[in-house]
Amino acid sequence: MALATPLIGGLLMGVDRKLTARMQERVGPPLAQPFYDALKLWGKTVMIDSSLQPALAFGYLGFALVAAGLVTFRQNLLLVLFVTGMADICLTVAAFDAKSPYSYLSGRREFLAMLSYEPVMLLAYTAIFMVTGSFTIRGIYEYGAPLLLVLPAALVALEIVLVIEMKKSPFDVSGHAHQELVRGVFTEFSGYTMALIELGRWTKLATTMMILSLFWAPSPVIGGAISLVMFFVVLMVDNLYPRLTWQRMLRTTWAVGFALILLNVAALAVGGVIL
Amino acid sequence: MTLVQKARLKSLWVVHFDCGGCNGCDIEVLAALTPKFDVERFGIVNIGDPKQADIMVLTGPVNHKNKRVLRDLYEEVPDPKMVIAVGTCACTGGIFHNCPNILGGVNKVVPVDVYVPGCAARPEQIIDGVVLAMKKLAGEAPEEDE
Ligand code: SF4
Repeated sequence: MALATPLIGGLLMGVDRKLTARMQERVGPPLAQPFYDALKLWGKTVMIDSSLQPALAFGYLGFALVAAGLVTFRQNLLLVLFVTGMADICLTVAAFDAKSPYSYLSGRREFLAMLSYEPVMLLAYTAIFMVTGSFTIRGIYEYGAPLLLVLPAALVALEIVLVIEMKKSPFDVSGHAHQELVRGVFTEFSGYTMALIELGRWTKLATTMMILSLFWAPSPVIGGAISLVMFFVVLMVDNLYPRLTWQRMLRTTWAVGFALILLNVAALAVGGVIL
Repeated sequence: MTLVQKARLKSLWVVHFDCGGCNGCDIEVLAALTPKFDVERFGIVNIGDPKQADIMVLTGPVNHKNKRVLRDLYEEVPDPKMVIAVGTCACTGGIFHNCPNILGGVNKVVPVDVYVPGCAARPEQIIDGVVLAMKKLAGEAPEEDE
């Protein structure tokens, strides 16, 4: 099951490209396009400019897979957050390690992106803890009632996180800013290392989607539908808004994300749901 | 045909370099990405990163200033790779031939696989050239020959 997550994530990426193309009135690539891309990258000559790069690419995929496994086996959400954080750190260190200004600058921006969304996620998980009394995903299932009904604002805050996670406008400062940074953090990867990074990205996307679907834990179908709607909203926003600077990203995520979750928790406390 | 070769036919990443033409051909290359022609439906993406590219699309004649840049860029594209010269300038020097600062077509500096003449080359021709290069790429891949 955990090993199927890259496949689901790859398919989601294909849906992403197809939908984006349709929104721009293009036909768009086939759904399996991400798989063709990864296969082709696998078959190309690799150009390694720092000996750490392949290890870090494997590390990125490895940590992403571990995080996916933790979610499938209903483990602790905090652990998932830290393991995903490790995956991101692998990517950033690889970007720093290459002797390239584009890669270096994107690495710094990637760190800032992590600084923006990880506290919001942490706060959202804390809100879940205050409601269910447990940081584990099993606890969410045992809670019974859908979380969306008690924590709707936290889900909206996680929508912002999803935008950064998918590296989409307006917060695509590090990954897709090709007008300024070539290919962002991915600039210096080639051949199989890039294929590994792609696999890691698919896994991470699928993991995040699984976490979002927990907001309607009693029924995985409704939960999945909620996460797919959020995915669609990200694509809409991506096609509507231009890129912002990292300062605006940091300010928006912290101000809006923190405010939403804190207001949600305050409302619950006033309403007597939590102590 | 192996799986990788099949994937190669369906996914081509392009790096586009303007050696110094009049930008007419660059506009046509970009037109191929617009909704009317939409080359992404064939998996062709203008990636801009030589390290991940499969195909170099070159426009404009080479001059003494940028021949080193072009050479570097060519060496940064990992094998298997294809080079397409788009426009008369890139093929032979075009209207710039015999200028003191011009070496001639891009084939003076890097080996070219496909020539797409025209001033400016039409988007249909460019797509045709890319498809030709794609076939060559899939057919010639030596390490996967059966
Ligand atoms: S071939 Fe013609 S249109 Fe193309 S760059 Fe040269 S002069 Fe411009």
